[in-house]
Amino acid sequence: MTTQHALTEYLLRLGDSDIILAQRLCEWIGNAPALEEEMALGNVALDLIGQARSWLEYAAELQGEGRSADDLSFGRNEREYRNLLITEQANGNYADTLARQYLFDAWHYYLLQALCDSKDARIAAIAAKALKEVTYHLRRSSAWVKRLGDGTDESHQKMQQAIDDIWTYSGEMLLADDIDNLLFEAGIAPDSAAIKAQWQAHVSATLEEARLDCPPMDSYMQQGGKQGLHTEQLGFLLAEMQFLPRAYPDAVW
Amino acid sequence: MYAQLVDTGVKRVKTLNEMSPEERHFQEKIDADIKIEAKNWMPEAYRRTLIRQMSQHAHSEIVGMLPEKNWLTRAPNLKRKLQLLAKIQDEAGHGLYLYSAMETLGANRDEELEKLHSGEVKYSSIFNYPSRSWADMGTIGWLVDGAAIVNQVVLQRTSYGPYSRAMIRICKEESFHQRQGYQILLEMMRNGTDEQKAMVQDSINRFWWPALMMFGPHDTDSPNSAQSMQWKVKRMSNDDLRQRFIDQTIPQLELLGCTVPDPDLKWNEARGHYDFGAIDWSEFYSVLKGNGPCNKDRLKTRRNAYENGAWVREAAKAYADKQKQAAA
Ligand SMILES: [Fe+2]
Ligand SMILES: [Fe+2]
Ligand SMILES: [Fe+2]
Repeated sequence: MTTQHALTEYLLRLGDSDIILAQRLCEWIGNAPALEEEMALGNVALDLIGQARSWLEYAAELQGEGRSADDLSFGRNEREYRNLLITEQANGNYADTLARQYLFDAWHYYLLQALCDSKDARIAAIAAKALKEVTYHLRRSSAWVKRLGDGTDESHQKMQQAIDDIWTYSGEMLLADDIDNLLFEAGIAPDSAAIKAQWQAHVSATLEEARLDCPPMDSYMQQGGKQGLHTEQLGFLLAEMQFLPRAYPDAVW
Repeated sequence: MYAQLVDTGVKRVKTLNEMSPEERHFQEKIDADIKIEAKNWMPEAYRRTLIRQMSQHAHSEIVGMLPEKNWLTRAPNLKRKLQLLAKIQDEAGHGLYLYSAMETLGANRDEELEKLHSGEVKYSSIFNYPSRSWADMGTIGWLVDGAAIVNQVVLQRTSYGPYSRAMIRICKEESFHQRQGYQILLEMMRNGTDEQKAMVQDSINRFWWPALMMFGPHDTDSPNSAQSMQWKVKRMSNDDLRQRFIDQTIPQLELLGCTVPDPDLKWNEARGHYDFGAIDWSEFYSVLKGNGPCNKDRLKTRRNAYENGAWVREAAKAYADKQKQAAA
């Protein structure tokens, strides 16, 4: 595997995770528990789509086949998508959505922080911009985990259930594969073990403050998203998201 | 328009001589274009009319998010997705400013939402029409936000200070929405396929008459207009606003290379305005009564969102209370 190939894959993972999670957040619009939450969800989704565009533009350039970020987003099939499984999981109730968001944000935050020091200047620049946005995402989602964990009996029970349900999808982002290792060696991507330690510390502290039980860190973790092996949910999400460009291949929008 | 048929509860407009000293002082301020602020004395009917109007307006912003949400998850590229999401988010923000402005009059957001959910307070009839194609995202921005602007530009001069200030803020964003909507259509008409061009024309055909109905019934059928005008809660009549909208929209329509489904539409040199055909008011009243294609769905969506979110709002409040207690 060449560094260039690994880098392209790595960028797809970042961009795809952002766009898929944003698509899920968009599903909430018009249905959120309060107007303030409509706005907050929209903000997070806007940031993630913007970040996806930056990562995918870079990936498309490295591929050198004349494709655009749009081509990559709207023209690839399920098997070609490289997003983390956690991002494609259905919204569920508001606790499910926030559990998914918080566990992702905590990883995203530490990852971007480390990527600011990447030897690849373009990655460092995108990460620096994204980190500002994700700092807010993490602050918001941790606050909600605490609010729901330590709110009413009902919200506590729902938040605990949500953490327990999504937990099996939280390990994939922390586990390095050949691509992560190769890019770490090259000084482009950070040491996954370091991110994992930071993530675990943040998550256990937040859950404790929220009066929630933290599931075992060594639980069985589902994997495959980074290699294009997805849960059954992704196909439907893509069918909806890609409908127009696929139904009207010659159209311009 | 966003607030159609607002009842003032007043049968006949009083002259200055018939007013109490307080009422006269209030009316003189309005006549002198001095803004009324929350702490100022105001007639009870003025207060209630404004609450009704702002509440309808705020509900329209919120319900108006739904036809656009219908295509948000299917936007055709990243740029359009970002634009549409940002627009929908602006509309949520408009709802928020308007509810806040309304609360300065002693009304309460949750109570007004209950009235929306029970059907007691309406929202603009236009949002009871479905968004059937992506072209509708263009048409809604261009015609629906466009019609809203015509009304709201005038409402920047409305007599109630907080409402007027909310309108000034909102209008800037609405003009942006209108341009963005028009760009969506222009791109399809200039560079799109035949199928896309047909999609645009179909969309305009469906939205044209409902957009004209947004301005409300003819002046002769608007029993509350006289009082609203005296209070400067309304600043121009429904028919004048509608004419202004048509006059500014038709040149844009021609630039698109599209038509509207009105054989009687033509420029009248003598009047200096476009003439247009008769509006089917029976459709308007029928939609208002609940028979539009989407009335039931729109209300159900809003009601479900509110009810399903109750436990979240309760938890947030319980948590805030605990934090406050811990700090004390
Ligand atoms: Fe608006
Ligand atoms: Fe609007
Ligand atoms: Fe708007």
